[in-house]
Amino acid sequence: MSDFEKKGQRFIALCMLGILMFNYPILALFNVSGTLFGVPVLYAYIFIAWAALIAVMAYVTESGG
Amino acid sequence: MLHGTAIILVSFAYLGLLFAIAYYADGRADAGRPVIASPYIYSLSLAVYATAWTFYGSVGRAASDGVGFLPIYIGPTLMIALWWVVLRKMLRISKQNRITSLADFIASRYGKSALLGGLVTVIAVIGILPYISLQLKAVSNSFWILVQYPDIILPGEVDAAPIRQDTALWVALILAAFTIAFGTRHLDAAEHHQGMVAAIAFESLVKLLAFLAVGVFVTFGVYDGFGDVFARAAAEPKLRAMMTPLEGVAGGYANWVWLTILSMMAIMFLPRQFQVAVIENVDEKHLKKAIWLFPVYMLAINIFVLPIAFGGLLRFPDGSVDADTFVLTLPMAEKQELLALLVFIGGLSAATGMVIVETIALSTMVCNDLVMPVLLRLRRLRLNERPDLTVLLLGIRRGAIVLILLLGYLYFKLAGEAYALVSIGLISFAAVAQFAPAILGGIFWKGGNRAGALCGLVSGFIVWFYALFLPALARSGWVPIGLLEHGPFGIELLKPLQLFGLSGLDQITHAMIWSMIANIGAYVGVSLSVSPSADEHRQASLFVDVFRHAGEGGGARFWRGTASVPDLYNLLARFLGSAAADSAFAEYASARQLRWPDGQLTADAELVHYVEVQLAGAIGGASARIMVASVVKEERLSVDEVRDILDEASQVVVYSHRLEQKSRELEAATAELREANERLKELDRLKDDFVSTVTHELRTPLTSIRAFTEILLDEPDVDLGQRKKFLGIITKETERLTRLINQVLDLSKIESGKAEWVESAVDMREVIDDTLAAMEQLFKDKKITVEARLPENVSGVTADLDRMIQVMLNLLSNAVKFCDRANGWIGIALAEKDGWLRVDVRDNGQGINPADQSEIFSKFHQVGNTLTDKPRGSGLGLHISRHIVEHFGGRMWVESDVGHGACFSFTLPAAAVARAARTTAAPIGAPT
Repeated sequence: MSDFEKKGQRFIALCMLGILMFNYPILALFNVSGTLFGVPVLYAYIFIAWAALIAVMAYVTESGG
Repeated sequence: MLHGTAIILVSFAYLGLLFAIAYYADGRADAGRPVIASPYIYSLSLAVYATAWTFYGSVGRAASDGVGFLPIYIGPTLMIALWWVVLRKMLRISKQNRITSLADFIASRYGKSALLGGLVTVIAVIGILPYISLQLKAVSNSFWILVQYPDIILPGEVDAAPIRQDTALWVALILAAFTIAFGTRHLDAAEHHQGMVAAIAFESLVKLLAFLAVGVFVTFGVYDGFGDVFARAAAEPKLRAMMTPLEGVAGGYANWVWLTILSMMAIMFLPRQFQVAVIENVDEKHLKKAIWLFPVYMLAINIFVLPIAFGGLLRFPDGSVDADTFVLTLPMAEKQELLALLVFIGGLSAATGMVIVETIALSTMVCNDLVMPVLLRLRRLRLNERPDLTVLLLGIRRGAIVLILLLGYLYFKLAGEAYALVSIGLISFAAVAQFAPAILGGIFWKGGNRAGALCGLVSGFIVWFYALFLPALARSGWVPIGLLEHGPFGIELLKPLQLFGLSGLDQITHAMIWSMIANIGAYVGVSLSVSPSADEHRQASLFVDVFRHAGEGGGARFWRGTASVPDLYNLLARFLGSAAADSAFAEYASARQLRWPDGQLTADAELVHYVEVQLAGAIGGASARIMVASVVKEERLSVDEVRDILDEASQVVVYSHRLEQKSRELEAATAELREANERLKELDRLKDDFVSTVTHELRTPLTSIRAFTEILLDEPDVDLGQRKKFLGIITKETERLTRLINQVLDLSKIESGKAEWVESAVDMREVIDDTLAAMEQLFKDKKITVEARLPENVSGVTADLDRMIQVMLNLLSNAVKFCDRANGWIGIALAEKDGWLRVDVRDNGQGINPADQSEIFSKFHQVGNTLTDKPRGSGLGLHISRHIVEHFGGRMWVESDVGHGACFSFTLPAAAVARAARTTAAPIGAPT
């Protein structure tokens, strides 16, 4: 498998992970009252998960060839 | 202080700055040192996605349903994860086919269909109008609000519509002029607008900084950080409900999901996104950084949306201020004039960036895919005969820009007041999502064809128009509102907002579901039931297998016909100007080591294809096809022929893979053969040497035997004593001959590995004793003293007894031959050390030259001058002895000082270690 294909597969997996993270039912788990560091849980979850997804994307795209 | 005139001046100064940046970047590009050849500029230019809608509308939407605005940015992030697979492919396709726009892409994929290109253009223009009107609305609203400073008066509160609409018209006209200046200064065959891209990247920075500034001000200036804003909002029951908004709204998750999907499509298929991401891309490698930088940008511009929304709701609790304006009205309410002005400029950036890129993209489509194909078909206009069409092309584009902006203004006037910013934008998103099946299907599925794409697009567009566009007009009073409430002709089932009774969803989700069902259903269904033409077949293969068809020549294989070089050149010159045509032809010629314009070029399929691709860069694939067809005589290929060529091509790929493999194997085999050949040559040389030496050795005794027998034959009266002496010599020489032949046979057996070895435990003392006994008479004859030092107890060796005796005989007879004539002495020593037995045979002869010491064990080597001295051996004895010793895992060597005799030694492993040592190390005690 070429490097190009390997990266492509990693990105497809990442996209699927993202769809899972920002969708019912995972999203519903965080759709509760309460706060995390003073920020409502749902907001905190979405932004943290989003930033993490971008970080992994950066890692995948910059790693290797 | 914030006087209208001042605001206008600042705005124009800002636009002037943009123009300066664009001018500078264009200048650098012309000088061959482009500023936009950077992944960072590319990523920033992609942020043209964030428009005035993001800038003002996100807060508006957040103020009504919390995180509901986020799918518009999370969706693109998910799509960008697929860019490595999808966008890379689209980039490659577009570069190879010189795609100029979204419409061109679709038209080219489905057999360069002008009809399809036109349809896509119409859908795109109508679909994007609401979006453009949104920008006009945002700019004129924000201007109007800012002018009221220090009062906060919203446009809705007073009857200000006519004034604002005038403002919007002015904004539209100014932007049109600006876009014309940016995008249609000259005609570029690659459709690159480097100056525009640089300006857009700059605008992306400005709007981000402006939004972050207001976010930091509200969050940390007005309030005490994120926790404070949310804690205060949570104290209000109404606002607290917004913090878990997803279950509160009917169809909450469904809306969320569909909004995500919609945004995934939008980031790819909005004409302006296609323009910056695909058309303006100068290097595929920029994608690598953009894949994470652009999502980071979207994340950054959204961080403060919720705090601003809650801040605004807390600051204006009575709902008197439209949430769409919080970004601007919050700084105004806090008396921050400069911040408010910065916000206005940020919003202006967001709006102008969108309008410029979008109208350039749309005007290219209108020109290349709508107007030109029609004009070129109208024979009355005789366009084919005009010498220079570049002016006409630029004129059409400029006209299209003005027209599109005026239409945007018209939509703003007709329907702009009835909706919030986000809803207007989403109508456009839903329109461009209709391109998704045709494009994504087109680059991954060869089965999709023209008829399928046409039907899919038409059905999807009709549903979109009916379920989204029409209701927008109806709400503004331009279409009877009864249509929404009771359906057409009172048919409840066909109510635009609850088609077939589907209710409980917001109207965007509702329209998306039905339009996608219609679109994908028609695309797939019709594609499967109608067979494609040859052109479609070819284009499908070129698009789907783009990574397999190398280079731009991919399409040339499909062309057959006749053409002439001057015709092709004139065609290109008419559309690009003669300078550009000249350089294009020169480039083509130099790539083939030919000269232009010396008439060396032939108008073959490759050149025709090249010209078509160049032309496509200026006027789009469909128009280029028509134009090229008008100057060449083309032979139409049948579907079967195209299929044959494609099959052939794929077979060629397979073959070439196999050939590569074969040639690699062959290379390896050749190297081995070469090595073997070297070895054989060396052996051959050795054999020749051997044969010549052996014959020489044989001739010497033969000559002497013959000489003496001739004497005896010719002279019968030789006396008895003489006769006896001669016969003695003959016998000796015969014996020597026999010995020599025996040794040669022996050697060849040993060397070829055919010798029979009888292995047994051998006691070396016994071997030495036996040999000495056999030679006792000889020693006596020669008066040689023999001294043997044999220890009482030594280990045996594993060897062949006869062979070991042969070795000892050879060493001792050599010692006898070479020891001192008068006072001969031979010493024999046997010793055991560290598992090795060592035998030394010493003589007191004249010794051996150091130069001869290494040679003495080779075949036929005899010490001394063979021409003058009588040879004293066959020259094979030592060679054979060494072979024997080495066969049993030992080693043989000689040590000698000239004048002090020589000592031949050999070692053999003691029986216990014999087997292990045979394959490995040299024996201890051997000289190294």
